[in-house]
Amino acid sequence: MSIIMTFRIALKALNRNKMRTALTMLGMIIGVGAVITMVALGNGAQVSIEQAVQSAGTNVIMVNAGNFSSGGVRQGQGMSNSMTPDDAIAVREVPGVQYLVETINNRGGQIVAGNQNWNTRVEGTNVDLPLIKSWPLLSGQFITPTDVASASKVCVIGTTVKDMLFPDGGDPVDQVIRIGKHPFKIIGVLISKGQSSVGQDQDDVIYAPFTTVQKKMRGVTYIESMTVSAASADNIRQTADAIAAVLRVRHKIQPGDNDDFMVRTLEDIAAMRTETTKTMTALLAGIAGVSLLVGGIGIMNIMLVSVTERTREIGLRLAIGARGRDVLLQFLVEAVVLSMLGGSIGIGLGYGLSQGLTQFLLWPTSVSPDAVVMAFGFAAGIGIFFGFYPARKASALDPIEALRYE
Amino acid sequence: MAVISVRDLKKLYVVGDIEVRALRGVSVDVEQGEFLAVTGPSGSGKSTFMHILGCLDRPTSGQYFLDGKDVSRLTKNELARIRNHQIGFVFQGFNLLSRTSALENVELPLLYNSGASKASERKRRAMESLNLVGLGERSHHFPNQLSGGQQQRVAIARALINNPSILLADEPTGNLDTRTSVEVMEVFQTLNRERGITVLLITHERDIAEYGTRIVSFRDGHIRTDEKITKRRIASEEMAALPPVTAD
Repeated sequence: MSIIMTFRIALKALNRNKMRTALTMLGMIIGVGAVITMVALGNGAQVSIEQAVQSAGTNVIMVNAGNFSSGGVRQGQGMSNSMTPDDAIAVREVPGVQYLVETINNRGGQIVAGNQNWNTRVEGTNVDLPLIKSWPLLSGQFITPTDVASASKVCVIGTTVKDMLFPDGGDPVDQVIRIGKHPFKIIGVLISKGQSSVGQDQDDVIYAPFTTVQKKMRGVTYIESMTVSAASADNIRQTADAIAAVLRVRHKIQPGDNDDFMVRTLEDIAAMRTETTKTMTALLAGIAGVSLLVGGIGIMNIMLVSVTERTREIGLRLAIGARGRDVLLQFLVEAVVLSMLGGSIGIGLGYGLSQGLTQFLLWPTSVSPDAVVMAFGFAAGIGIFFGFYPARKASALDPIEALRYE
Repeated sequence: MAVISVRDLKKLYVVGDIEVRALRGVSVDVEQGEFLAVTGPSGSGKSTFMHILGCLDRPTSGQYFLDGKDVSRLTKNELARIRNHQIGFVFQGFNLLSRTSALENVELPLLYNSGASKASERKRRAMESLNLVGLGERSHHFPNQLSGGQQQRVAIARALINNPSILLADEPTGNLDTRTSVEVMEVFQTLNRERGITVLLITHERDIAEYGTRIVSFRDGHIRTDEKITKRRIASEEMAALPPVTAD
């Protein structure tokens, strides 16, 4: 019997019991749909990380005080006070370094303007920040060298802060706000940058001279981190290594000892996040894969019932000249048609679901052809795997017994 | 030459520790064009005999020549081929596929016959077969839209489609009332008389057996009697004598 004929017979048999066919396929539909959606979510996250890295510039180097493990004591980044403005001066001299800003954050402290208030972080920084982050101003100007030198109480705000403190609109430049107990004059507003790759609102920030945060707010002399941009993206690795070497000398780190700082390029960070995302994607796809497996077991179950129900039909087919392999093929193809039909609909569902997530929840998704082909192939494979046993059972029936079956 | 020639056929079943000798040496010849009725009480071995003649089972010993060829030692797949090409089955329970038209039911054996791979050819032959049993105009009806007698005629048409050497009918009237039984027997007799098809009819009812030309009766795995029928029943005459069906 030709294979096309076998497919037609299978379709006819499935058509005879539409409700059961639909319910059996549902397992495959949900399984394949879930796999495709999960992989699309993972891929989307990865793509958005890559885009974020590209937009942030690939030549950024982060230098954080402290290390994950220092002297046997585990510490968070920026949790060590070993880095000083003098370190920054030395790092500026490292060949390949183009721009550098010192960073120290002020945590807590309510921000008040008129009858409005808001709570956000105040980041102490230096004049070159807009250059490193390629971040132009909406109005006013950024912090000047004079502001830094004199530790003046001036600040530049992001659009989220502006919207919160000045809901009536209008230019807040030259207005005075209170951060904790300190009055600060707004000298500029940054244009909106949107969410970062990890979903943080980058516009919810207040920049002040790092010297002001050090002396007027925190009363410390150290800095928490440095953000450096390399002159070119090509020798970024060497620049990062050179920075580390300079800091090791300055901090008197013996060979073999742990650094009390961390130098990472944005690419490192992105690679790390991509790795995490990949793990998450694999995990989610794995969980979704389990539902695909359950769908396969559902197919096997229904095929077994079907074989029992149609024992007389099998007996008849054998009596009128079907060979064992004809019957085997018939039931196998039925299972495969079930799983592939379910798989196809599942692909549609997964695609629709991914689009919906992007549309309504703004989660980035990307349905890759690889995932579609893989899910479909997997569905067909499950059909063959779980369909084989019932089909085998059908083909092994004795025609006399089968014909007598009530 | 005999269509069927059986020599010292024996069949032994082993069920657990018990041996069942279903056939204990059966020899019989059936000539082309005969209408042989096989009777006997249950357990007499007539079913086993029929299964072997139908190539659904193999004898433990002895020989079975179908059209002069020994088929008693063939493999399963070879037997399937013989069943498809040379034997037409009619069962007590009709065994039609539900929700499948009469035409497609008749076509079924052709799906397993590589010599009939063209759909149009299959359709034509199925139609021809249906016309032979007088159901040409019902070709698109489903089994549940047909009466018992009509369903059995569809089954006969299906059995005929590969032009088999023998038509093997196992209790074909077992599920039918008297009138439809006569109707179905008429089809067998017509096919036997007009087309020379060899018919083997298995039944435990003596009066149904009398539609044949010869009765072989089984008992305890042996052929007990083998006789020509002298007062043969003719279904077409009985049909004419029956009162017409009144529509209710």
